[in-house]
Parts: sequence; C-alpha cells; structure tokens
Amino acid sequence: MSLRSPLGRVLGQGAARAGVRHWWQQRLTSLALVPLTVWFVVSLLTLPSLGHATLIAWMSQSSTALLLILLVLVAGWHSQLGVRVVVEDYVHGSGARTLTLVVIGFAHVLLAAAAILAVLKVAFGAAPP
Amino acid sequence: MPTRPLSPHLSVYRMSRYTLATSIANRFTGLALSLGLLLLVYWLMAVAGGRVSYARAMRVLASPPAKLIYAALIVSFCYHLVAGLRHLVWDTGHGLERAQSQRSAWLVVAVSLMLMLLMAYRVWFAGVHTP
Repeated sequence: MSLRSPLGRVLGQGAARAGVRHWWQQRLTSLALVPLTVWFVVSLLTLPSLGHATLIAWMSQSSTALLLILLVLVAGWHSQLGVRVVVEDYVHGSGARTLTLVVIGFAHVLLAAAAILAVLKVAFGAAPP
Repeated sequence: MPTRPLSPHLSVYRMSRYTLATSIANRFTGLALSLGLLLLVYWLMAVAGGRVSYARAMRVLASPPAKLIYAALIVSFCYHLVAGLRHLVWDTGHGLERAQSQRSAWLVVAVSLMLMLLMAYRVWFAGVHTP
C-alpha cells in the first residue's frame, strides 16, 4: 500500500527510488578508497624523490599504473557521488541544479579520462622524455 | 522548488553539537579533496608530458601558495579518511548510541590529528625531495 497521494506522485515529490544505489555505490567506493588512497599517499611520501625520472620509473611499473588508474576511477566516482549530494542540498531551482550536475558529471569524466590517458602514456613508454 | 520541509537547513541546528560539527567537517573535507583531484590529474598529465612540461608544472606545484593547498589537502585527507571509517562502522549498525558516537567523534578528531602531524612531519621536516 502506498501512502503517497496521487497529487504528490504527479508533482514528482518524494523518493525517486534511486537512493539505495547511490548509497551503496558511495559505501563501496569509500571501502575501496581506503587501501587505494593510503597506498598512494605512502608511495608519494616514500619515493626517493619527486623528480621526473623517479616518477617515470615508478609509473612505468604495471602495478603502479594499475593502482593509479583504479585510484583515479574510484576517487572520481566517489567524488562525483559526494559533490552531487552537496549540489542537490544547496543549489536551488531545478534549472540551475540540473545544469550544475551536468557540468560536474562531465568534469569528473573528463578528469578521469585525462588521468588514465596520462598514466597509460607513461606505462607504455609513450611519454616524451 | 517543493514547499515541503527539506534537509539540511544549516541555520536551524546548533553548531556546537559535535554530531553536526563532525558531519559538516566530513562534507567540507570531501569537497576539498574533490578539488585536490584536479591537482592530482594536473600532476599526472605534467609527468606524462615529459621533462620540460613537468618542470613547468613544478614551478606552480612547488610554489608557496601550492604548499598551503597541500597543507589543506593533508588535513582534509586525514579527517575524511578517519571520519569515513566511522561512517562505515555505523553502516554495520554498530556505535550508534549517543555515548558511543560521542566517544567516536573524539576518536576521529584525535586519530586524524595524529595522522596529520605524522604526514606534515614527513613532508616538511623529514624531507620529501622536490626537484
């Protein structure tokens, strides 16, 4: 039995029935980000230097490239989910809100793609010296 | 804009409440880390662009204002990591009693402060070498 009034349903108020998916994806990405971000931060802090040659040598290892790609993908998705909620909470007016969400979605995909391209270039030895 | 009551309305809560403070801090640090993602991608692209592009990017990335941003990112990362773990524990249904969540709020602050100091020490005193 639904407690929602027909009027409320027509006006599109109430749950969009997409909350669980968002919630679950946020938990899964945060769970994955615990080891990924800790690995990244510890790696950065323990590299012998942050010089170009050192970084190229580090990023040329398959394990580094794999973890960096995972980090960017999962962090990007987690970030998108989080920023979306903030926008939904604080950007009022459906036009402005939709536009902001579209821009933020595009920006996250662009960032992730650019980062993956950069990592692959180094991993495949295609980066200029 | 629906006229039904919506959450959250920052102005109607008492800011001194630790529940609100830890929650809003998690959100702000998360947003800061989202901006940090920009920096990470810029850095990766600079590495992939070769020695010259990396040197050019490092002039920006090693500048004093950038270091201020790293400090903010270290604070944000440590807090968001530990506060996020607290949320994951909550999601299993544990630690939700008032006394428990009050205790874990302080634990989050203490542990993340320790992590921040550890990282700050490593970055600024034990010498992470920038080119």
